[in-house]
Amino acid sequence: MRRICFLVFFLFSIQFVNSQNFISGNVINKKGQPIVGATIAIKDSYDGAVSDSSGAFKFLHNVEAKDTIIFTAIGYKTYEMQLTTAEMNTTLKIILVEDITEMEAVIVRSAGSFMAGSNKKGVMLSALDIVTTAQNGDVTSALRSLPGAQQVGEQEGLFVRGGTAQETKQYIDGAIVPNPYFKGAENYAQRGRYNPFLFSGTTFSTGGYSALYGDALSSVVLLNTVDLPERPDVGFTISPISLEASTQQIAKNKQASWGVHYGLSFISPYFNILKPRIELFNGPTYHVADANFRIKTKGGIVKFFTSFNNNHSGIREANIDSNYLKNQTLVKNDNLYYNLSWQEQLGLWRLNWSNSLSYNKDNINGEIVNNLNQPERFSANEFWMNSKIFAVLNKETVFQTRVVLERKLKQLDAIRFGAEYNYLNNNLTYRATPSRLRENAQALFAEMDKYFSNKLAVVLGARAEYSSIINKINLAPRASIVYKVGKAQQATFAYGLFYQKPENSQLIINNNLDYLRAHHYLLNYIKSSSKQLFRIEAYYKTYENLIKTTLANGQQGYNNSGSGYARGIDVFWKDKKSIPLFEYWISYSYLDTKRNFANYTDLLRPSFATPHTASLVIKKFFLPIKTQINLTYSFATGRPYYYFQPHANGYTLKDQGKTITYNNLGLSFNYVPFVGNEHKKARLIWVATISNLLNSKQIYGYNYAYSGLTKQPILPATRQFFFLGLFINIGTDRTQQIINDNL
Amino acid sequence: MPTEEYQSAKLRRSVHRSEILSSKKFKLKTKSIQMKKATLLLMAITATMLSFAQSAKYVEAMKANLTLLDSAKTTADFNAATASFERIGNAEKTVWLPYYYAALAQIRMAFTDQSADKDVLAKKINEFILKGEAINKNAEFYTLRYMNATLQLMVNPMERWQTFGAEAETAFQKGVKMDANNPRLYYLKGLSVLNTPEQFGGGINNARPLFEKVIALAKNANNTDALLPTWGGEEAQQVLKQIDGK
Repeated sequence: MRRICFLVFFLFSIQFVNSQNFISGNVINKKGQPIVGATIAIKDSYDGAVSDSSGAFKFLHNVEAKDTIIFTAIGYKTYEMQLTTAEMNTTLKIILVEDITEMEAVIVRSAGSFMAGSNKKGVMLSALDIVTTAQNGDVTSALRSLPGAQQVGEQEGLFVRGGTAQETKQYIDGAIVPNPYFKGAENYAQRGRYNPFLFSGTTFSTGGYSALYGDALSSVVLLNTVDLPERPDVGFTISPISLEASTQQIAKNKQASWGVHYGLSFISPYFNILKPRIELFNGPTYHVADANFRIKTKGGIVKFFTSFNNNHSGIREANIDSNYLKNQTLVKNDNLYYNLSWQEQLGLWRLNWSNSLSYNKDNINGEIVNNLNQPERFSANEFWMNSKIFAVLNKETVFQTRVVLERKLKQLDAIRFGAEYNYLNNNLTYRATPSRLRENAQALFAEMDKYFSNKLAVVLGARAEYSSIINKINLAPRASIVYKVGKAQQATFAYGLFYQKPENSQLIINNNLDYLRAHHYLLNYIKSSSKQLFRIEAYYKTYENLIKTTLANGQQGYNNSGSGYARGIDVFWKDKKSIPLFEYWISYSYLDTKRNFANYTDLLRPSFATPHTASLVIKKFFLPIKTQINLTYSFATGRPYYYFQPHANGYTLKDQGKTITYNNLGLSFNYVPFVGNEHKKARLIWVATISNLLNSKQIYGYNYAYSGLTKQPILPATRQFFFLGLFINIGTDRTQQIINDNL
Repeated sequence: MPTEEYQSAKLRRSVHRSEILSSKKFKLKTKSIQMKKATLLLMAITATMLSFAQSAKYVEAMKANLTLLDSAKTTADFNAATASFERIGNAEKTVWLPYYYAALAQIRMAFTDQSADKDVLAKKINEFILKGEAINKNAEFYTLRYMNATLQLMVNPMERWQTFGAEAETAFQKGVKMDANNPRLYYLKGLSVLNTPEQFGGGINNARPLFEKVIALAKNANNTDALLPTWGGEEAQQVLKQIDGK
């Protein structure tokens, strides 16, 4: 029994009698700098400390034989060591090794791109910034306020860094959108088909984009649709030019949702009031119907989006070659688009499977009519008149499937690879002559991100593409290197080779054309804080194999003999700090570009490019008047214009000049009468928009008479545009969303 | 005699066959087995005493840390309190309160330190919440989730309210579903309402009933465990006093 008592006493003695030792030391990094706030803990004990401003720590601990001491600090790798009795009485010197973390590391893929979306690092704009800057519900108009894009008013699309609109491709959830814009008459730009609220993330690459994408010489726009909506919703829009209704419903378990939307825009009554300088005899009318569903899976999501669009418009405007004749154009467009994507975590791999199927039909009729609007006919030698009398029926089916597999490696390193398959069937009937283009195209691509430290990272990628028409494999390497030059500052150098197939209309005439090719070199510097961002990027681009238009005995043809270059500087400054509750950004682009392409007779500054472009965007919500005011001002120096007179075997540069500078001040007011009143079942928002508030004269270029002796300016249909709309939402609060729609 | 002990006795007997040849020795052995039983019993008592001792140690350490947390002013103070709670949590493994307080200390620091990177801290706070919830998922963690969402919202309210405002609201609703009488949930909600402009459904008049509810709930709260969180009631009284003082 005595032995037992002794045992009990002994056990208690461990608890209370054993002497305590001081454990002390310093925590430093590889450079010998103290690490402040590192935590030091003895495993499975309460004892430990936090390092002070000199990296020092000291604490009491009952030493046991197998104590493990653990050091942790944000941004460093955790370090564990066995504590030996010898170390108890010395001052420990602990060197922690830097850990590569998302918070500390440089941001790859930031050169050449603007990311908008969630709160992810490297994002420069919010999804809200895109919708609040978008005019007429067009994402592209918001992107035009960013540096690198030109202010081209007479054509839809994005003209990026000396590239044509065709050199920018759009993707939704990873799959191509072959026809992102409505179709209109020549020189009248159309808006994008898709509502900005469909998207939660937008990446606008102005150059040097990832090897995951191809077939675009200048730029890609990557749009990601929203995942599951947060609340069910029913909405209506009423304005003098449009009616819309939509609903979005969510399953009870919040794992799935569906939505439908229909919109009708009819602009003619409105134009009748504004008295445009052109005569409208049909429309313009736009029908938009879309539907979607989204299903959450175990480790991902399946998204489906489909839209059917139809638009038609008929215009008449003065024919420049005569005093009383008019050019008449009737355009009808049907567009059907399906997009199905599946993102899933499959073990260590992230799968991204994107599919799109698109059917587009353009039906365009050109006539020359007299003042009674009866068609006129001309003799064969008046070919410049005959060229305006035509009928085009263009039916295009495009299918794309893309698989991308991504695997995160240690720290932030990652590899990605995948493949895509494209099918094209294009039936073109031009002046009753049918022709057909069929193509199968494949691509393989791979990319890896490698971080050497928080300060240095590289991205290496490559892409191989094959088109059954061109019957050649091309190989496009892409690379970038990022270095942290200071606190919240980084510099990137990027290089890439980019290929693009000639346009379908060109391949139909000459199927011996080769890929167009461009090299991009970018040097980018970014300094950012949570409320301010400064970005400057210099670039140099070379263009090879551009398509040139030839004339041989009056017959039009194409070859790959074109070339060009573009170089410039893009500056972007966004500030939410200097003036409280006031947000603005400024963009400036300098562009020096020349190209010899299309019917150009020499290396010339293209008619869509100007040396200086600038934008200012301001947003402010005025609470006392319950109104948000958004302002966008755009400026561009004059653009060159040319007249290349056609003759039997080529073109001659007959005349050239430069347009006046471009100014556009847009203003929008969003009045929310019941803001914040959660008890109201229906919510109303009044939206008033004015484009070109200062009524500045805007000239986009000139049309020439065949002789080249007279010209007429290319102008917008109306100089100003006014919009007043009422948005009604029932059931849920989407107030803020609608405030932000429509500038 | 339990079979097991009998078996072991038999085994021992066979091993030390020479020792247990005589029946006297065998009797002695049986006595030694009874002794062993007593030893086991005593050891069990000791172990219980030890665990009591450990629990006392836990309570003592927690109380000391709570004092530290209540008096914390600087970032270093809060970090020290967090680290200390984290060590207790890691050592104990089966109690949720240390992780709860580790997170709470970080949240208080994040709200006071203007220069702190809120997104980095939010990530750290969330780790504590997840560790604590793995042990015992309760409404208190929803108060932390609410504050953590608010913390991230404050970085850029205009842009973030849609995500983090919704996240805070979800935390409030889930918390209330779990414990409709938790005063801290209503206190946090009251603060949010108070700080929301009247035009958006906020303001003093909308917040007052919430704070009054907090005070009533806090009075009725019957905390048997001194370590459980009690904040909210006093703070609500302070807020109401300030409002009425204006």
